[in-house]
Amino acid sequence: MSTFINLLIYGLADGAILALAALGFVLIYKATGVINFAQGEFLLIGAYAFYAAFVLLGLPITVAIVFGVIVTTLLALMVERFVLRPLIGENPISVIMVTIGLSLFLKAVVQMFFGTSVRAMPSILPTRSVGILGGSVPLNRLYVIAIAAVVLTAFTLFFRWSRHGIAMRAVADDQQAAMTTGISVRRVFAMAWALAALSALIAGVLLADIAAVDGNIALYGLLVFPVVILGGLDSVPGTIVGGLTIGVLKQMVSGYADPGLAAVIPYVVLVAILMIKPYGLFGEVRIERV
Amino acid sequence: MATSTGLYHRTYRSELALRHTRAEYARLALMILGLVALPYLVNNYWLGIVNTILIAVVGAVGLNILTGFTGQISLGQGGFLAVGAYSSAIFSSRGGMPVVVSIILAVLLTAVVGAFFGLPALRLKGLYLAIATLASQEIIIFIARRWEWLTEGQGFISVPRLEVGAFKVERLTFEWQWYWILLVVAVISTLAARNLFRTGLGRAFMAVRDQDIAAEAIGVNLTHTKVLAFAVSSGFVGLAGALTAHYTETVTWERFTLEVSVTYLAMILVGGLGSIAGAVYGATFISLLPPLLTEFSDVVKDNLPFIAEQLPAIKNAAFGLIIIVFLIFEPRGLDRIWQRMKDYIRLWPFRY
Repeated sequence: MSTFINLLIYGLADGAILALAALGFVLIYKATGVINFAQGEFLLIGAYAFYAAFVLLGLPITVAIVFGVIVTTLLALMVERFVLRPLIGENPISVIMVTIGLSLFLKAVVQMFFGTSVRAMPSILPTRSVGILGGSVPLNRLYVIAIAAVVLTAFTLFFRWSRHGIAMRAVADDQQAAMTTGISVRRVFAMAWALAALSALIAGVLLADIAAVDGNIALYGLLVFPVVILGGLDSVPGTIVGGLTIGVLKQMVSGYADPGLAAVIPYVVLVAILMIKPYGLFGEVRIERV
Repeated sequence: MATSTGLYHRTYRSELALRHTRAEYARLALMILGLVALPYLVNNYWLGIVNTILIAVVGAVGLNILTGFTGQISLGQGGFLAVGAYSSAIFSSRGGMPVVVSIILAVLLTAVVGAFFGLPALRLKGLYLAIATLASQEIIIFIARRWEWLTEGQGFISVPRLEVGAFKVERLTFEWQWYWILLVVAVISTLAARNLFRTGLGRAFMAVRDQDIAAEAIGVNLTHTKVLAFAVSSGFVGLAGALTAHYTETVTWERFTLEVSVTYLAMILVGGLGSIAGAVYGATFISLLPPLLTEFSDVVKDNLPFIAEQLPAIKNAAFGLIIIVFLIFEPRGLDRIWQRMKDYIRLWPFRY
């Protein structure tokens, strides 16, 4: 029982981070129709920007967070403006490939500045263990779950109630109709990228805190795919359900069966979902016409 | 020299010919001359790079059949290369089959595996298919890593030096002998692919790419065509994988990761989607990039030590940047640039 609780909490913490990463991915896909293979690199850059400000420059934590927000948001806005806007209307292969190129480029730039070695970061969240239902769980995992829950709730409320959130949903629904009501589609595109970068930053910093600051953070970018396929490519609640499911599944397989198998099990789930229910649990089913 | 200024075909035969003008024949002659002279002009190190380019050409042509001509984006290239490499290595070194037979079997096996992993394409397209092939890549590599029977627990397979009948590759003339073998295979594959698109099947592939529902309406069997596209393309890729196995003489899973899939996609994008010549240009360009950057850093390492230190990162950054720049400024790739250059010379001094 205690193993189960441990695995569950670890899985939920992983899943919460995955959900945050997937949220950025879904935001971009929903608003602009772009599949972003560089999502993992946004996590990576967020984590390293925070690390640089917090550890290397020794700034206070709030300033470091603001610095991270500025770096990732500027980067996302530049990517949107100079890389993806020229490709609007191109075929999906080009758009997918440009984000793959972007991910290689960003990873290489991080490598140039920071090398490939693992960087230790003093932990921000408390690491002592607490006992829950017979299991002993480090406190920082619980904090991660709580922070992710707060952020995801805030995003959901933002889409539901704020003017900008409603504008984003309108653009996702029908770009031309949104334009006729006076919504600036360009600004919505830029905002989608900026918000995606913000959620990636939070995910990256949380991941850096519970694991370590190194290139492996970018691997979460690929794990986003099983999550969003499970939840539905264009569904915000889907990212939460998908993220938690994949996160817990990975930990359970790793704990009870084989850690190697845990790396591939999300993709098996992905293929199964694509075969049975290609638009995921909450995705919008699209009818195709010539 | 005569270049064509319009279409003057009087028979179907002449219209279907691959080459129409004398200039095109002259270019072909020059190219053959260049390929024959090449091994006499370069040293062993560069000949080795040329050999890897020739293998990449076969793989890129295969991927272009699927992605460029049929419009089914595949991130599973590395996985299919692995199937070709592992199966050919196992057939020849452990099954004791002649190398030619084992390569042919590897090609057929890869085609079957490719068709199987192409089945999701019947329901999915575009983005969803890309993600499905990403999954197939991860699953194939997982199997290659974990199935100990494949490598008899060693983690790699070592393949004996190539021997076909009385013909034997010697250590001293290794690259030289392989150059001729790989050249013949690459030329045959390129010609086969070029001719595929003059047949009904090839045209059906292109119809599926341009508009699959419309293609079905005019009588193209979608199921059949998509699965065949995966099979044919994977066959070429399997051949490239098998050649890699026999040329490098070791097979390990590290050679077939997702990065390899991305590299091959970059080749056909930089070369030009939907163009066999483009696949050849792209494979050459992308394979030459790392050694050229290494040369460059050797030249400047005294003045700019920064570049030599950061070489691996710079290689990756340049690779990513080239993909982005090509997609933004010339999405139709090197093939289109070459066409434009030809047009410019042909029409000079007029603009059009």
